[in-house]
Amino acid sequence: MTDPILDVRGISKSFGALKASNDVSLDLREGEIHALIGPNGAGKSTLIQQIAGGLRPDEGTIWFGGTDITAESTVERARRGLGRTFQISSLAMEYSVLQNVMLGALGRRGGAFRFFSPVMKDKALLDEAHDALAQVGLEDFASSITAELSHGQRRQLEVAVALTLSPRVFLMDEPMAGLGTEGSHRLMNFLGTLRQRAPVLLVEHDMDAVFYLADRISVLVYGKVIATGTADEIRANKDVRAAYLGEEEDA
Amino acid sequence: MRRETLLNVAVLLGLLVVPLWAWASDAPFIITLATKVVILAIAGIGLNLALGLGGLVSLGHAAFFGVGGYAMGILASHAQSYTPLMEWPLLIEGTKSMPVIWLLAAVTGALAALVIGALSLRTTGVYFIMITLAFGQMFYYFAISWPAYGGEDGLPIYVRNGFPGLDTLDPIQYFALCFGVMCLVLLFVARLAASAFGLALSGARQNAERVQAVGLVPYRLYLVAFTLSGAITGLSGALYADLNRFVSPTMFSWQMSGEIMIFVILGGVGRLFGPVVGATLFIVLEHLLGGISEFWHIYLGALLLIVVLFARGGLIGLLAGREVAHD
Repeated sequence: MTDPILDVRGISKSFGALKASNDVSLDLREGEIHALIGPNGAGKSTLIQQIAGGLRPDEGTIWFGGTDITAESTVERARRGLGRTFQISSLAMEYSVLQNVMLGALGRRGGAFRFFSPVMKDKALLDEAHDALAQVGLEDFASSITAELSHGQRRQLEVAVALTLSPRVFLMDEPMAGLGTEGSHRLMNFLGTLRQRAPVLLVEHDMDAVFYLADRISVLVYGKVIATGTADEIRANKDVRAAYLGEEEDA
Repeated sequence: MRRETLLNVAVLLGLLVVPLWAWASDAPFIITLATKVVILAIAGIGLNLALGLGGLVSLGHAAFFGVGGYAMGILASHAQSYTPLMEWPLLIEGTKSMPVIWLLAAVTGALAALVIGALSLRTTGVYFIMITLAFGQMFYYFAISWPAYGGEDGLPIYVRNGFPGLDTLDPIQYFALCFGVMCLVLLFVARLAASAFGLALSGARQNAERVQAVGLVPYRLYLVAFTLSGAITGLSGALYADLNRFVSPTMFSWQMSGEIMIFVILGGVGRLFGPVVGATLFIVLEHLLGGISEFWHIYLGALLLIVVLFARGGLIGLLAGREVAHD
């Protein structure tokens, strides 16, 4: 087994009396999609934020490619190759779709301190940007203003921007939230192919998608990982059924 | 051509035709007024780089305007009294040469902005506004209490500084010079806005989280923008001092910072020609309404209110419509 590229070791984070992360450990290996599921309020977003750098854990360490990145900023982690999509779309709303993707391509090139050549005519960046848009199926909307996109299109754009970064790890926070059936299916198929390029840590509510896509699944309940395993193992796990899947059966 | 481009060309032509007409009909006052518009527009273009592209609401740009003015005043006053600025460790003499003065005004403006920006940009929102305002006031009171260069009374410069090949005391020639500088500054800012830096800076204004997630540091983008902004406003300060042949602490006053911001808001925040249109409107109003009542600021206030409430894109937004994505 290869060493995990992303390794979260025993992190805890409390907000007052609430233990949002309670000794959480999980890892991500090359070529896999590792899904993180859990009921609302289980601490998924807090965990993702700690991995991305928006929050510091109180305890524990986060390793990326064999380096301890626990103390690094969001920007430093992004530069190492942590490509993130946000749960609530976080894009430059006044920009065109193309400009948003160009921003990603610019970030990957590692610096924006070029002052005189027109960036929107930079062939190399444009190629990368259009390529990313084509992959998520947004090429026809390249010149649309981002604020005018539908919710689902914004999700696609989030993914496209992450693609331009050519990250070593994708960190995707509910990429399918709010997508229609067709959009979900399309993104699902796309994510399935993505794992060959870089492993994906996927937070997702859509259970069908998770069980279809994920090589491994971790279940987070009240800030604790109660189980990690393949889809079949998770389905068969009693604790998981009680804590999570059971709720759906009742419904 | 886009409507905004047409409008910009019309504004430039208008700013050129009016003084030429005034020159032909021997009305030097109008030329001086037009020169004032052009110079204040440059100050506004400087602020617009920080405010429009970077979203940095600076209420302390008078600091850079004044620094540029005093750079000119100090250099020229030493030149006219034939006393060197300093003799040790190396001899620095005053100068009456505009290109040298401009360079120094821009550099000192940039340095002031670098220092103020490095500290102020650690804050955001209202705190940023207040800190820049506080820095501006610090410069103001420093200038008032610094007797070497006139203190509260200011510092007169008897003869306008020289530019090779031109008679700068001739109003139309000085206007042409300032107009040329403004065009160069506009060109500079236009290229900057379309560059990789401009894309990242404006992206950071819209969504700093997004820019961080692609691995860029908003603070650095803001600081570079603020520094360049200070350089441009500093340059305009030197031109302004030369227009009046007088430098005084009022260049540092917070009212000055407010006026520069009004140019930007009236014309259109973030629009290339916004400050040019804004400064023109401001000076025309000041001239016309100021003749009717000394309380003309009431009308200015009302106009500003209307623009802020109903025409967020300023006059340019009103005439040219929403900005289309530049791709």
